[in-house]
Amino acid sequence: MSSTPSSYPLPDYRDQSPAVAARFARIKERPVVLEVDKLGRQFAGEHGPVTALRDISFQVRRREFVCVIGPSGCGKSTLIRILAGLDEPTSGRMLVDGRESHGPSPERGMVFQGYTLFPWLTVKRNVMFGLEMAGKAANEAGPEAHQWIDLVGLGKFADSYPHQLSGGMKQRVAIARALAPNPRVLLMDEPFGALDAQTRAQMQSHLLEIWRNVDVTILFITHDLDEAILLADRILVLKANPGEVQEIIEVPVPRPRSLDQLQSPEFQATRRRLDELIHPKVHAPTERLPIVRLTQAGDDVE
Amino acid sequence: MSRWFTIRAELSPGRRRFLGVLAFLLPLALWSLFSYVPWLWHPMVKITEPAGVSWIKPGQLLPREDFDKLVEKQRAASAVALPAGTPANPIYFPPPHAVGRALYTAFTTAPVLKGDKWLHESLWTSIRTIFWGFLISSAIGVPVGILCGAYATASRVTEPFVDFVRYMPAPAFGALMVAILGIHLEPKIAIIVIGTFFQQVLVVANTVRKVDNGLIEAAQTLGAKPRNLIWRVLVPASLPDLYNDLRILLGWAWTYLIVAEVVGVSSGITFFINQQAKYRNFDNVYAAIIIIGVIGFATDQALAWFGQRMFAWKNPRPSRFRAFMGRLFGGRDVLLFPDKPQPASKA
Repeated sequence: MSSTPSSYPLPDYRDQSPAVAARFARIKERPVVLEVDKLGRQFAGEHGPVTALRDISFQVRRREFVCVIGPSGCGKSTLIRILAGLDEPTSGRMLVDGRESHGPSPERGMVFQGYTLFPWLTVKRNVMFGLEMAGKAANEAGPEAHQWIDLVGLGKFADSYPHQLSGGMKQRVAIARALAPNPRVLLMDEPFGALDAQTRAQMQSHLLEIWRNVDVTILFITHDLDEAILLADRILVLKANPGEVQEIIEVPVPRPRSLDQLQSPEFQATRRRLDELIHPKVHAPTERLPIVRLTQAGDDVE
Repeated sequence: MSRWFTIRAELSPGRRRFLGVLAFLLPLALWSLFSYVPWLWHPMVKITEPAGVSWIKPGQLLPREDFDKLVEKQRAASAVALPAGTPANPIYFPPPHAVGRALYTAFTTAPVLKGDKWLHESLWTSIRTIFWGFLISSAIGVPVGILCGAYATASRVTEPFVDFVRYMPAPAFGALMVAILGIHLEPKIAIIVIGTFFQQVLVVANTVRKVDNGLIEAAQTLGAKPRNLIWRVLVPASLPDLYNDLRILLGWAWTYLIVAEVVGVSSGITFFINQQAKYRNFDNVYAAIIIIGVIGFATDQALAWFGQRMFAWKNPRPSRFRAFMGRLFGGRDVLLFPDKPQPASKA
């Protein structure tokens, strides 16, 4: 993914093909599932309060795929924890289907970076957990859990324990578990961050496949710019100190998406815009390290 | 060879077993050395020939210095024959074979006094004392500990006081317990409860607090209510560690047993030991102490063995037991692939 030569004429990232524009028009007709309104979060710091998030406002429509990116320390994790109900905002509110929402709830499912599968339960029992919490009897929850396990392609491993699975498989179980109680929104906090590049690419196409087949709205946090472009309808770019919405980008890359589109002009244009936002040129003069030469003269490696 | 001393390296199963046996053989060898090699230690002399000295008789033990002085004195008095003896160890240091024999004879010898208990009866009394003490303590201590681990409020309202009482030695309550509960088994059980309970609350609370917070958050986003969080997440997640905690605490209960049993009317294995020491049957005393060790060690090993099988999800390391079962069921690790039907299991 070398950066595109600047001589190459890229289209503007805001230019949309008719098909893409029509798609966004259709999305805008759908009802709003998740609305975040002037959300703010302050922490008590050593030298007075620290503002982690300020005035975050955005809307996510039904079955939309929204990615959140930003430099480290911009509060993306705080944001998603608030949305999951695991942290309380200090100002503003969050609405699901137009109703104000507080605390954790199965209507907002969450997939964590650290898998957080229950290690003492088999894959099937893990997926059944949310169904049982909703009061479903085991003979009802069992077959339903099986459907979700089949959906993520782990039917053969229903009776395995999490420690017997690879990282990618664990994360697929976590996705099945989060989807089983039929959440309105699926929150994903850097879910593929701990996976190797190859597994990650596989998981991305798995996730798109799942999203196509399930009635769920996804809010996905990542620090990988390509991942955000590949997955998202829109990308919410945050900036740090304090965490604020910098821009909401409508991704012009047509669907269905695949890794082949990585070199397409729309993809590259979006990528360049994200680079500008996340890694501004301000810090361009790179510092040289004050290193003394410790090798013999003439023994050069480059 | 170097593998014996690589820092933090695992040993092969053969070596582990070898060293485990060696751990017991080394002290035994040392004991045998001091018991059977006459010029090692042996500070006493066992008289074989009194040679006319009226105040000694065959079989009596004399400190070597006294014996040497006596021989000098007799020689100076130009006695016809001199007293003779062989080097011996003090009576409180019986040789391994005597203790080994006592391990058997202690069970077959009737008690000296009528109404005293046989060794196996004494042991049974001790085991009952431990059992009830530990059961009562756990029945209250484990739930309280879990609540303290789950709720900061429960923890803050309980633990400071528990911490305070923990520093009071349980035997200090002995007289009090006798006054309240009488002189028989009850005060002894109470002392074991006091000795175990307060530690138990703190240990259990700490173990429950160690449960990964991510699991609790995951359960919450799946719709778990606070009650579910305790029963469906905190308890199962900490169960293997709780089990190990209880194993260790059971060991502590055994140490409280000996002090507890001298409270009121002395009972159980402690009574047996004291009684045998009174009769100077030190081989029986050692035998009884060894039996306590064997019971404790065997219980602990058995509990560890069961624990590893009960909490297979916590011990992904394939064990020899599992490998054996695997061979039995068609060359597969049974627990690793439980979803596959095992062909041999039909037989």
